[in-house]
Amino acid sequence: MTAMHTTPRDFGFGEDETMLRDMARKMLDERLPMDRLRELVAADPGPVYDQGERSPWDETLWAEIVALGWTGLAISEDAGGADISLAGIAGMVEEAGRHALPSPLIPTLSASLVLRAAGGEAALAPMTRIASGSTASLAVTNERGSWAPEDAPLMASADGDGLTLQGTARFVQDAFKADMLITSARLDDALVLCVVDKGAEGLSLAADHIHDLTRDQASAHFDHVQIASSAVISRDAEPVLRQAWPGLLVLVAADLCGASEHMLQTTVDYANQRVQFDRPIGFFQAVKHPLVDAMVDIDRARSLLYHACAEIDAGSSQAEAAAHMAKSAASDAAAYISDRAIQLHGGIGFTWEYALHIFFKRNLHNQGLWGDGVYHRKKLADLLIGPIGSSDNQA
Amino acid sequence: MSAPETDREHADFRQYARRWLAENRPPPPPERLPITPIEVMTTGQRDYLQAWQRQCYDAGLVGTDVPVAYGGHGHNGLQRIANQELNRAGVPFLINIIGLSMAAPTILKHGTEEQKRQFIPGCLSGEEIWCQGFSEPGAGSDLANQRTSAVRDGDDWIINGHKVWTSLGHFAKWMILITRTSKDEKYQGLTYFLCPIAGHPGVTVRPLLKITGETGFNEVFFEDVRIPDSYRLDDVGMGWSVAMTTLLSERGAAEGAGAGGGEGEKAVENLIDLARNAWRDGELAADDPVTRDAIMQRAIIAEGLRQNARRARVPALCDHPMRLPLQQKLTHSEFQQDNARLGVEIAGAHASLYKLDPRAPDAGHWPLAYLNSYGNTIAAGTNEIQRNILGERVLGLPKSK
Repeated sequence: MTAMHTTPRDFGFGEDETMLRDMARKMLDERLPMDRLRELVAADPGPVYDQGERSPWDETLWAEIVALGWTGLAISEDAGGADISLAGIAGMVEEAGRHALPSPLIPTLSASLVLRAAGGEAALAPMTRIASGSTASLAVTNERGSWAPEDAPLMASADGDGLTLQGTARFVQDAFKADMLITSARLDDALVLCVVDKGAEGLSLAADHIHDLTRDQASAHFDHVQIASSAVISRDAEPVLRQAWPGLLVLVAADLCGASEHMLQTTVDYANQRVQFDRPIGFFQAVKHPLVDAMVDIDRARSLLYHACAEIDAGSSQAEAAAHMAKSAASDAAAYISDRAIQLHGGIGFTWEYALHIFFKRNLHNQGLWGDGVYHRKKLADLLIGPIGSSDNQA
Repeated sequence: MSAPETDREHADFRQYARRWLAENRPPPPPERLPITPIEVMTTGQRDYLQAWQRQCYDAGLVGTDVPVAYGGHGHNGLQRIANQELNRAGVPFLINIIGLSMAAPTILKHGTEEQKRQFIPGCLSGEEIWCQGFSEPGAGSDLANQRTSAVRDGDDWIINGHKVWTSLGHFAKWMILITRTSKDEKYQGLTYFLCPIAGHPGVTVRPLLKITGETGFNEVFFEDVRIPDSYRLDDVGMGWSVAMTTLLSERGAAEGAGAGGGEGEKAVENLIDLARNAWRDGELAADDPVTRDAIMQRAIIAEGLRQNARRARVPALCDHPMRLPLQQKLTHSEFQQDNARLGVEIAGAHASLYKLDPRAPDAGHWPLAYLNSYGNTIAAGTNEIQRNILGERVLGLPKSK
């Protein structure tokens, strides 16, 4: 994510990015085929849905992913990371989505983007830890489900050189898989960003009961958690979070694009095999045309995804608008193919034994994560039309 | 939002095109222009637009990638940039759209050396306007069901039949024409001709009226029309495959030579301007959250179409080479239609005012554009046929027929 102010050719998706993406696809095809995924997260609904356990994940596979360096992709080279472009990262995240990979990959990449945006001495230590295999997640969402920077979930108070944190951060993604949390807190009139070790005294996690089988989510309770001054990453967090924001949207959009393409292809395969009225059902236009519409939606989302990556990588002033477009398009494309995939599969698609519901739920979760299509169009309208009430002068 | 631009030659050409268009913006038209080139009705409109195409051609913005021997400018990969700049500049469209986006690419692929030298230059300069003779009363979506016949007579062919929905037919010097040369085989019985129209004996062009109340397209009757064999394009019986070249060029026209000019990138801006001047319930439409959301949906699709065109040139990000190109006709025509319908909704009571009413917003553009938009969702293979093609050729679903 070097600062160059012309938009890169081919979205900056060149040979290296292609190689990383293809490697990720091959690795996940081998290590997480559909049967394995179903066996891993959906063997039986009981433990997760009835007994409230957290959905299992493959820690051996995760160790291999860490060894391949995927978690350090967004970390700068001076902290030991690979520092590749967001376009390259998006290619890899699309594969994670296509395979519904349960892992702290996206939360760790998201935390990396915030640390990158913060920069400075204090961010270097957690970035170095991530580059050497540690995991992280953002704890920036409040009780009302708002992640707007000014709505920080925690209160901070001065404590010697450091701070004390109090309060509850909600909707923390893959919190139980993270080694550290990056959290925002209000300190008088300012916002601060801190890094907190999961084992910190006074910090406790309470698992949310969620429908998605490919992640965990938690509330993080902070009861007088003491933060050393070296762990305060920023004392002016609002611009930091705003700068990282487009990148966070793009990561989820990439996951949605990958998962949606998988659902499309799975449904096309089924429509070619399933015979009714003596023909494969894909012959019928009531089946064929919605699948084409879903493809058009996914393609739009994917083009907007790489456009947003290129704008962010270039440090463009259009990055925020482009990211709103990408997340809105990806959320809506996912909603449509998820809906059609279950419906066009008929009865089998409605059963627990068929893997489609794993993707349906992952998409449903990601569609709303950091805001759905309507939310991002509202933000986009403020940028392209101007805030409500600002048009009077021009009328 | 900026397009990729690292190559020196491309950047120089873009700069040149942008400067030329800024310095050579044509005077206002003598009379109102239609929304798209296929609806040009009057000789006043025609003369104005022909002069404009000629200027663009002389400046190197038309025929940019066509070899010099055929009247082009001999570049490689610059037409796309010329089209983008024509689009961005908001200048009038190029009138010879059928010539540029359909006839020329087809002749370049299937024509003899003589045919290329004879037909391409006048097509690029706009001096010779082209029309398309594909559709017939009984051959719409089922295009191969052609009944217009061509019968060999020595070195000539005798044509008899009836073509419909012929845009620009009343101004055309030439037509790209599919005929039936054998009744034995549906698809292999077709042959493709380049047929003279204006003033040619036996050819009658009659205007058809659209739901807008305007003409602009026609029906064309052929009664014992005699043309030389040198006007046949490719072999006898190859008409279907030549026609597929034409349709592929047409459906991909946004990347070809005929996509410049017109409303283009301004579509969303125009909707926003309309909303800033339209009232609903005592407040501006631009302040109404539901209207704002609807406009942003259009903005996202507009940017998506631009970025699709960009991604189509990055093979590493395309799973299937035809997946994005084959979507063009479907997505662009529905984009235009949905824009126009939203414009009608935003204009509210004022959307009832049509072309002649002095109080009509944008001189009645919105209801006119909405009525007119069905031309493009029906023409060049209806959008239902487009969805069949995409489902079958790209997704690999069973053929509907």
